[in-house]
Amino acid sequence: MKDVLDNLDVFYRGFRTTVSLTLLAAIGALVLGTLIAAMRVSPVPPLRWAAAGYVRLVRNTPLTVVFFLVVFGLPEVDIKLPFFRFAVLALTIYTAAFVAEAVRSGINSVPPGQAEASRSIGMTFSQTLRLVVLPQAFANIVPPLASVFIALLKNTSIASAFFVFEGVQSMNQLINAHGDAVISIIAAAALAYLVLALISAFLFSLLERAVSAGR
Amino acid sequence: MSTPVLYDVQGPRARRRVLIASIVGGLVLLAVLGLAARRLAVNEQFDYDKYKPFFTEPQLYERLWDGLKNTLHAALLAMGLAAVLGVLLAFGRLSRQWWLRVPAVAVIEFFRGVPLLLLIFALFLAWPRVVHTNLPALWALVLALTLYNGAVIAEIVRAGVLSIPKGQTEAAYAIGLSRGQTLRMVLLPQAVRVMLPALISQLVVLLKDTSLGFVIGYAELLRTGGQLVQVLRNPLQLYLAVAVIYIVINSLLSGLASYVEGRQRRRTSGRTPVRTAQVETGLGTL
Repeated sequence: MKDVLDNLDVFYRGFRTTVSLTLLAAIGALVLGTLIAAMRVSPVPPLRWAAAGYVRLVRNTPLTVVFFLVVFGLPEVDIKLPFFRFAVLALTIYTAAFVAEAVRSGINSVPPGQAEASRSIGMTFSQTLRLVVLPQAFANIVPPLASVFIALLKNTSIASAFFVFEGVQSMNQLINAHGDAVISIIAAAALAYLVLALISAFLFSLLERAVSAGR
Repeated sequence: MSTPVLYDVQGPRARRRVLIASIVGGLVLLAVLGLAARRLAVNEQFDYDKYKPFFTEPQLYERLWDGLKNTLHAALLAMGLAAVLGVLLAFGRLSRQWWLRVPAVAVIEFFRGVPLLLLIFALFLAWPRVVHTNLPALWALVLALTLYNGAVIAEIVRAGVLSIPKGQTEAAYAIGLSRGQTLRMVLLPQAVRVMLPALISQLVVLLKDTSLGFVIGYAELLRTGGQLVQVLRNPLQLYLAVAVIYIVINSLLSGLASYVEGRQRRRTSGRTPVRTAQVETGLGTL
């Protein structure tokens, strides 16, 4: 227990990186995922196929393989970035597919009458999507999106295997230094993840209430 | 797939617009692919050297096959154990005794909220110091996968049991079955059918997660690929080959899941199978 309390600064450094990885990848995945979802419901076939292909390929690939391709594959084509950015990139590519699925199911959950009504007053596809369907869809998207982003929080731990000093890596470093306190160090790291997950779940429940109150 | 009617049945003008958008969109996509291809070509990624081992080294396939066998071995072991743990935890959570329900809820929420990688490290690093024998990498991986997926499956089972109409429970009580008997003999067998698609989808997640075994030195598919890269020096090509293997297996499993789901929807019209989406809320996962 003493070893944990003495080394809180190590944990703090690690989990600060976990949080920034999560936030940056979440923003990236939200942008890319919404774009892919919009492509997927569009009337333009090539865009639909590309989006469906992306989702299908990425969902069936382990995140670890995505990490390997990004961290060891991109330098082969002369794209060299710091490992932190590689990690953000890999997490964004992977999470975007799941965000796209969440957004698409949200779009599908909006009653067809809404889209029909907006078409009947002469709105184009992009107006229908932008002004009528997506604002309503977001209310239904929040709960599945919350679980996607909480999974992202846990997935950032994989970056520890690719030279990023985040939560799990700080745990491993402390275990190497203080072998006899292994149980309390692991318990502390697990607790940190649980607390972060609970905080995000709480924030998302606030968001959900805010979005659904608007209706 | 049910698409909403975001756009009308198209008239001649709309069709022309879509055609133009298709050509433009297609060209943009081709341009992106072209840029990627140029980048690959400039960096000599299309050179025959990078692909030669795929044709000249039969050993490469033997190694990958061994890796795949280890991956499947860990996945199947973990799936079996996780199914057992999941059913036990679900029964605990559905129990009327608080001293069974509270620990079951705590275990489920804990293992769903903690990263799988942390569980793997925890078992691998803590086990030797506590039990004073080494835990083989296979079992560290399998046990971590079991704990995590057991918690997820518990929620799938619970959702499945709760989806069975109340009349079934009432009828079971009426013929004098106890609550345990009702769960075991009446509700669970019917729930298995309902939750089959979600269980198969979870198997995809589990299979993907076995790739984390590489961090503790378990020679699964991905680690084998990594070892081959050390020798052959073509990371992009080899990791893509590994990705293709995962994609093929997982696509087959996902296809099976939606086939089973479709068949069930036809057979039991109205009673929808447990979708992963329903179970995924909370501290859920990908």
